[in-house]
Amino acid sequence: MTGKLTLGPIVYHWEAEEKRDFYARIADEAPVDTVYVGEVICSKRTPFFDAHMPEVIERLERGGKQVVLASLSEVVIRRERNMMADFCAIDSHEIELNNTAGLFDIDGRAHRIGPLMNVYNERTLGWLAGKGASHVTLPVEVPRAVVGEMARAADALGVGCEVQVFGRASLAVSARCYHARAHKRTKDNCQFVCEKDPDGMPLSTVNGQSFLTVNGIQTLSHSYVDLSGEIDEMVNMGIGHFRIMPQQADMVAVAGIYADRIAGRRDGEETAARLAALKLAAPLSNGFWHGREGHRRFGPRAA
Amino acid sequence: MTEISHDTPAPRPGLSRLLPPPPLFLLQPVLNRVVHRVARLHPSLFDRLGPHRTARFVIDARGLPFVMLLVPDPDNLVFRALPRNREPQGDARIAGGFFDLLGLVDGESDGDALFFSRDLDITGNTEAVVCLRNALDDVEGSIAEDAAGLFGAPGRAILAALRRTGDRRGGTS
Amino acid sequence: MKRPELVCPAGTPAALRTAVDAGADAVYCGFQNATNARNFPGLNFTPAEMEQGVAYAHARGAKVLLAVNSFPTAGRFDLWREAVDAGARFGVDALIVADIGVAAYAAEAHPDLRLHLSVQAAASSPEAIRYYVREFGVRRVVLPRILTVSEIKDVKKEIPCEIETFIFGNHGLMVEGRCSLTNYVTGLSTNMDGVCSPAAQVHYDKEADGSVATRLGDFTIDRFGAGEQAGYPTICKGRYHAAGREDAYYAFEEPISLNLATLLPQLMAAGVEAFKIEGRQRSRAYVRQVVGAFRGAVDQVLAGEDPELADLVALTEGQKQTQGAAGSKKWR
Repeated sequence: MTGKLTLGPIVYHWEAEEKRDFYARIADEAPVDTVYVGEVICSKRTPFFDAHMPEVIERLERGGKQVVLASLSEVVIRRERNMMADFCAIDSHEIELNNTAGLFDIDGRAHRIGPLMNVYNERTLGWLAGKGASHVTLPVEVPRAVVGEMARAADALGVGCEVQVFGRASLAVSARCYHARAHKRTKDNCQFVCEKDPDGMPLSTVNGQSFLTVNGIQTLSHSYVDLSGEIDEMVNMGIGHFRIMPQQADMVAVAGIYADRIAGRRDGEETAARLAALKLAAPLSNGFWHGREGHRRFGPRAA
Repeated sequence: MTEISHDTPAPRPGLSRLLPPPPLFLLQPVLNRVVHRVARLHPSLFDRLGPHRTARFVIDARGLPFVMLLVPDPDNLVFRALPRNREPQGDARIAGGFFDLLGLVDGESDGDALFFSRDLDITGNTEAVVCLRNALDDVEGSIAEDAAGLFGAPGRAILAALRRTGDRRGGTS
Repeated sequence: MKRPELVCPAGTPAALRTAVDAGADAVYCGFQNATNARNFPGLNFTPAEMEQGVAYAHARGAKVLLAVNSFPTAGRFDLWREAVDAGARFGVDALIVADIGVAAYAAEAHPDLRLHLSVQAAASSPEAIRYYVREFGVRRVVLPRILTVSEIKDVKKEIPCEIETFIFGNHGLMVEGRCSLTNYVTGLSTNMDGVCSPAAQVHYDKEADGSVATRLGDFTIDRFGAGEQAGYPTICKGRYHAAGREDAYYAFEEPISLNLATLLPQLMAAGVEAFKIEGRQRSRAYVRQVVGAFRGAVDQVLAGEDPELADLVALTEGQKQTQGAAGSKKWR
């Protein structure tokens, strides 16, 4: 089998030290081909890590990884608009856009389209490809049949096509910061409380059922998406890139498990057992792939 | 899973004070005629109901001594009054004040608003209820008026009297 | 002061006529399928009803805006193409679109038909808006409900198209067009199926103490006490537990409706061309009262009078209203 393993951006607010150490370990030990770096969720967080970016990028590249820079997903206020314009002027690296404002700024130059953009059909993809999009990561909620159609369309357009196979699903973004709200603060006065929850802030129902995860303005699933069982099928469809999202887990081990799976060294059953052995902080789900409730998990032949 | 509740609310002072409870055997033919007339006048209602035409709606107008069963299937219309102690199993149950329910059928009140204020209780198949509400809301004019028209001037007079009472009560009975 | 267009919801043909009769300058509506973001049971228009609705509105000087504002998935584009073509055939005054593919198709196939950018496209910056204007000739943007009045004023200066803002109704918290919460719980997608909290999966479980638990799919999203006001059974209006909070709390937003009635003069001064009332899922009674109230208020502002504001609180979710983001940055 062929296919590249990619590591998505860290969506949570990790301390700068922790991020640096994390990427150093990824650079040295994780069998990933591509690493997306950059703050996607909150423009207020960026100053904490900006100074470390050159060093991290250099370290990852020295480890043989391709580095792609990921943009903000929300662009509203002046600071964010300026950040997006500056971001689109980058020519040292490939960039991934996560907001339409970037499509305006990029104005035809090469770019990737991130999973928080709404690319659901071949016409949208075709239009974007005609304006410089070279690669797309599909929205996390698209089912199997749509992934197949999109892989075919992407192939015909000469566009790379990527699917998230591990980590929490991003379910929504908002202008309001729910981390600040939980602490009875506002976004402007958040005092970066999100830093206390490096794997997000769990929300459970009134019955005590684990449900969602809050990460600043973003709401994620409680469960971790796991499509390791579906990778054969995706490879056959022509999906060439498989994204794992950083969680508070042994991500080097996670990368190893998915790399083995993509390379065909381990089958689905062995992979499931290896993931189970990691004692991850949340249950696994693949409902979206089956066109069903995203939180559910189906076996290889179920649904 | 079904959430049909079978609690029988305590009798409330309300409509029962206004009207003597009719024997159900007298009421039944009236309900039959009402529902067939409404169906004849507003056939488009059934298109909107789609698959929910065969749903069984239990309607509890609080204050009435009976509950009603509605199956809005044009091929087999059912609109029947049953004693509260023999409430039938339904797919959905709609409970509310008589005047609120009248307002809904009349297009005079807003179902969501009644729900927000807890004046309307819904259990069971929520989609069927939402669909019925939307279908009824597309019927212009007054369904209650159509029904009352069956009984000529006296029917319309009773309806007008009921509405005045409802207005005075601010909707909820 | 320019006369703003009052854009009103029509979930059914009867609601369309009610809105037009109550003074709507334009109504917006959709077909009975996944091509629009209010794909609810018993709601929306057949092609024949749409054609009749357009005739009714046009005969009375009102416009019809067709919402084709969900996101077609690969392999299903034909349904959206048919909706766009039908709208053009029936002579609707504009299409409200969100998907880039749909916008591109409409601009190419019907270059003379006005395009409005749906709130579902979440264009929240001048750059995002100008992208759609540049690429597809969009003539109006429906702004997300996340901007303050002064931000709206600033946006207006930087964009070459009209602005439509929501002034009343359901107060969505998540960025529209970027929310998969419903799909996570129900298997139906807001973007792909036009569905938010599908009624078929909403259950109200009555407890012995008179409280009611609201369940969506496998999750209890709220429980309200016997006398408490209720809201829409949507995930973003539910109550949940979080560490550090003693009780379950509205983690995203409480049941509350947007009402910008008192901000109408400022919004008009900011150059907003159209005011939108949310509520295609609401009844004719709602349409009649809300449209009537805002028709009166807008006309009074135009006449230089202080608007008399009808009390619409009974129609609001949770019987509470807010100016949301428009009032203050603190909302965020």
